[in-house]
Amino acid sequence: MTVTAQPAVGKEAPPGAPAPAPRRRPGRVRRIALPYLLLLPALLLELLVHLVPMVIGIVMSFKELTQFYIRDWGAAPWAGFDNYSLSVDFDAPIGKALLHSFFVTCAFTVLSVGLCWLLGTTAAVYMQENFRGRGFLRAVFLVPYALPVYAAVITWAFMFQRDNGLVNHVLHDQLGLTDSPSFWLIGDNSFVALLVVSVWKGWPFAFLIVMAGLQNIPKELYEAAAIDGAGMIQQLRRITMPSLRPVNQVLVLVLFLWTFNDFNTPYVLFGKAAPEAADLISIHIYQSSFVTWNFGTGSAMSVLLLLFLLVVTGVYLILTSRGRRGADA
Amino acid sequence: MAAPRSFVWSRRIFLTLLTGFVLLPVYVMLSSSLKPLEDVSGEFRWVPSGLTIRPYIDIWSTVPLAKYFVNSLIVAGAATVLSVVIAIFAAYGVSRYRFRGKRLFTVTVLSTQMFPGILFLLPLFLIYVNIGNATGIALFGSRIGLILTYLTFSLPFSIWMLIGYFESVPRDLDEAAMVDGNGPLGALFRVVVPAAVPGIVAVAVYAFMTAWGEVLFASVMTNDTTRTLAVGLQGYATQNDVYWNQVMAASLVVSVPVVAGFLLLQRYLVAGLTAGAVK
Repeated sequence: MTVTAQPAVGKEAPPGAPAPAPRRRPGRVRRIALPYLLLLPALLLELLVHLVPMVIGIVMSFKELTQFYIRDWGAAPWAGFDNYSLSVDFDAPIGKALLHSFFVTCAFTVLSVGLCWLLGTTAAVYMQENFRGRGFLRAVFLVPYALPVYAAVITWAFMFQRDNGLVNHVLHDQLGLTDSPSFWLIGDNSFVALLVVSVWKGWPFAFLIVMAGLQNIPKELYEAAAIDGAGMIQQLRRITMPSLRPVNQVLVLVLFLWTFNDFNTPYVLFGKAAPEAADLISIHIYQSSFVTWNFGTGSAMSVLLLLFLLVVTGVYLILTSRGRRGADA
Repeated sequence: MAAPRSFVWSRRIFLTLLTGFVLLPVYVMLSSSLKPLEDVSGEFRWVPSGLTIRPYIDIWSTVPLAKYFVNSLIVAGAATVLSVVIAIFAAYGVSRYRFRGKRLFTVTVLSTQMFPGILFLLPLFLIYVNIGNATGIALFGSRIGLILTYLTFSLPFSIWMLIGYFESVPRDLDEAAMVDGNGPLGALFRVVVPAAVPGIVAVAVYAFMTAWGEVLFASVMTNDTTRTLAVGLQGYATQNDVYWNQVMAASLVVSVPVVAGFLLLQRYLVAGLTAGAVK
């Protein structure tokens, strides 16, 4: 680190540099300015696409921003905390719907992340050793991850059609499990449909990450354990799972954030208005904003969502880092 | 150590079921895309009654699919190139220099990745509409406007992944290059970038895939001429009928380039993703 730019100093001195100054001086200035210059384009764009919109989003949440003011949002009257109190007034329709959507999202996220993790880990553990067809299977398992979301989800929507879909054909016509063909994209079943699609799409990521984590476990550990007479289950419990802990901590957090914020899947599956049983929060905010054209409440809900995510992530990071320190000690 | 028979059998059963689950939609997509319309409109059949390539011809005229294709290609491509190039400079700065505000920068970049897209959608929508009103520059509905919104997810991801990648390139290499008379930028492009090619490929593939599949911004920020595939594919559903065979054919056509690219480059992507995540 300390020697980094020194050798280049003499050559790089700008032509206008004052002659009597010590020779290293221009290099020093350059060295201090250089990282900022490298970062400048990124900083400008971050400002443009993240920081300014976030500030505006927070300002918006304090305004009465209905469709009449979209063209000139500066003119929208201040609402103070009205949008917030409207969003969290759980006795009134808007707050009630938001709370419902929040609980649906939480349940959905827990189930989806849990199942993705379980499928991904099981597959990765089974495929830890080499066997015939392993490379092929690995490529197959990555297909849901590679398919564009809308193409995959549209196919699932087709499969969940009541009259011409595969799901009812199998469940009703072929297996006779249901009395009549069910609706999957409206009503209570829509939660199940959304979960199936989400797990199908999400588990390969868990599989990828766990597989990479497994590769970092030294083979000698297993050999030593085998000599000591540990069976496969014991090896899994004593070596594999503890070694995967740091990987799992990152994986679960990432899966949680993706699933909780997912918009693409419910939007393609259900359209602009999701059924009540599958009304995920991002769709809910989208609908509050672009269907009823109330940007003020939509922004207030977004800010609340952000605060929730920050708190959950913060608590999670504190808990897991403490766990890690405990494990190191 | 030879695995016990029970293990081999449980593995076979589990992996077979999982493969079935994974490939089921792929089979439906492929088989339905080759069925005549009356076949996909009626009860589902595992085996098509007759095969036809008609849907693959009709998809181009039912909706302007080629136009959407070009739009998606331009938007996803530009967002990818822009974020990767900018991220290369930023990641080099962060991985090789110590400076004031470095931690703030990395924490900001990391944390914006966790924010939901909907958080940026509303303000960006308003900003675009108001810039349009004030200056006459139509960002709203334009490809450039959409590309900028895609940077909300592709830029932080690219920066974050490339920092990890550049840090794994030994510092001695670029120091040696500088001793040989290169400036810092010379060292970046002659040594660090070539050494990190797999990482850069991984980031580019990922950024492109995400942009290619993006729905939220595309559904709000586009109009008739700039619509991308993500929105355009909804056009096969008319008021009376959904041309499911065409929907499936179009889905397959738009998937083939990304899936093929992904499977070709997955080695890099997997290495890149995991280098970032496992650390």
